[in-house]
Amino acid sequence: MKQLFIFVRKEFYHVFRDRKTLLMLFGLPIAQIVLFGFALTTEIKNAKIVVADYSKDIVSKQIIDKIDASRYFDIEKSLMSHDQIEAAFKEGKIKMAVIFPENFNKNLLHTNKAQIQVIADASDLNTAVTLTNYISSIIGDYQQQMVKNVVLPYRIVPEIRMLYNPQLKGEHTFIPGMMAMIMMLVCVMMTAISIVKEKELGTMEILLVSPFKPLMVILSKFVPYLIISLVNVTSILLLSWIFLHLPIKGSILLLYAVSLLFIITSLAIGLLISIVSQSQQSAMFGSLMATMLPTLLLSGFMFPIENMPLPLQIISNVVPSKWFYIIVKDIMIKGSGFGAIWKETLILVGMTVFLLIISLKKFKIRLE
Amino acid sequence: MQQPVIKTELLTKRFGSFTAADELTFEVYPGEIFGFLGANGAGKTTAMRMLCGLSLPSSGKATIAGFDIYKQTEKIKQNIGYMSQKFSLYEDLTVIENIRFYAGIYGLSDKEIKAKSNNLLDQLGLQNEAKKLVSELPLGWKQKLSFSVAVIHQPKIVFLDEPTGGVDPVTRRQFWDLIYDASDKGLTVFVTTHYMDEAEYCNRISIMVDGRIEALDTPSNLKKQFSANSMDDVFYQLARGAKRNE
Repeated sequence: MKQLFIFVRKEFYHVFRDRKTLLMLFGLPIAQIVLFGFALTTEIKNAKIVVADYSKDIVSKQIIDKIDASRYFDIEKSLMSHDQIEAAFKEGKIKMAVIFPENFNKNLLHTNKAQIQVIADASDLNTAVTLTNYISSIIGDYQQQMVKNVVLPYRIVPEIRMLYNPQLKGEHTFIPGMMAMIMMLVCVMMTAISIVKEKELGTMEILLVSPFKPLMVILSKFVPYLIISLVNVTSILLLSWIFLHLPIKGSILLLYAVSLLFIITSLAIGLLISIVSQSQQSAMFGSLMATMLPTLLLSGFMFPIENMPLPLQIISNVVPSKWFYIIVKDIMIKGSGFGAIWKETLILVGMTVFLLIISLKKFKIRLE
Repeated sequence: MQQPVIKTELLTKRFGSFTAADELTFEVYPGEIFGFLGANGAGKTTAMRMLCGLSLPSSGKATIAGFDIYKQTEKIKQNIGYMSQKFSLYEDLTVIENIRFYAGIYGLSDKEIKAKSNNLLDQLGLQNEAKKLVSELPLGWKQKLSFSVAVIHQPKIVFLDEPTGGVDPVTRRQFWDLIYDASDKGLTVFVTTHYMDEAEYCNRISIMVDGRIEALDTPSNLKKQFSANSMDDVFYQLARGAKRNE
């Protein structure tokens, strides 16, 4: 036990002496949160729009207030004429124009039908579609409020409800994916490199000649990165809670338990890579290939798996990050308990045990 | 005659159809400095790895410090030290951290570690460098440190795998002083080398050619036997017949 402590302490010396590694280990989560949370979101915030109100009645005023209150739009009120609006579009000053025709409220009251013209700059198609969706939902919202107060003739209002993510926050799905990616990167790459480094330096031979057990060598390599990864999980959750206002709906304890499991999976993969690679470079390359690519492409984090061709869908099942991503999403966003995720967890446990057995066996063979 | 501390009988290691070490039989006695010579690829390292328990022999018998290399590897590990040609120190750790680490994994107590590391620093004259990173030390010092660390747990035998590669003759001579000191205290030294001047420093040497031991005796006897002036000559006479290169 004391030997283990001495070894783990040595591993921490390695980590803390190497500034670059240290920066990668602890700076990565922060950089990723900023990148994915703020820069890379698919949602649009503070889009500049023009509202031309030719009616100036209570209803139009209320709707405009509602639009103004949403964080998706910034209203530039100064423009009025059609010509000015067109000029603003051409100059790229605005993304969308919302026009209330004259007698808007009157029409609504008398004919039960009123129109709002929404013009969007479709040269950027995705933005245009997203913005018009936003505006339709704001208007729909307002209509619902009206229905409550006034008895209107029977009409069908399509109600779209975004389950689990009513505010359509892009960060919701990014955080679990990011957790998977960071843990994979840290555990797999760092473990693989630190073991291969000992092989390269020849210190591994000394360790194997010493009475120190090979199993203990592996354990000592695991402990530091396990601790660092738990710190990273905590910092990701804290950062996303503070800056992205993302609450954790499910049990935090369960989330940590699953993270711990996934960390062990990653460590086992790292060990396996360290066994097959002879140099630090090949360990690094192997880790990137084995973790980053599958996590990015096949975990469902960037691209929905349901839309992939069948062979890829099948392959995605052997990617541990896919299962971890599903579990974390369920716990964090849906607030699921263990009852809802036991299947995925079991798969992950199976993978971990399998990887550990293989790598431990292979590691032993190397000693002979 | 004393009990041999290393004793091998027809020790053989095959990799597929390639026989790296072929029926090695020899004995090494306590306190002896035993030189293990051979050209590159002659099988020195393979033989040494078997004796250290890093590699399992294909056939043959061997005992190290009285323990069987098949069954009692754990006992052997406590009784041997090993220094590889790469010096095997952690460059990003300080001198004292390296010493404490190696002493620690050999299971020395805190008290012993403290006394030992102090002793060692004094002996090597590294007291002022104790807190320096190993990467800042000159090669010769790394080498001495590496040796001292390999014997920190006072093993019966120390295996040195080409310990003097890449250092200048003066440093090499100093390193051998260290080996003599240790041997005077009863440590058995098993050393592989391909420097022939070093061969002269050994009590007895064996010369391996193509996986077999072709000669084994004291340096002066070998010179007589091959009627050569120097160990260089002896070695060339033997190595000329080698079929393997590299």
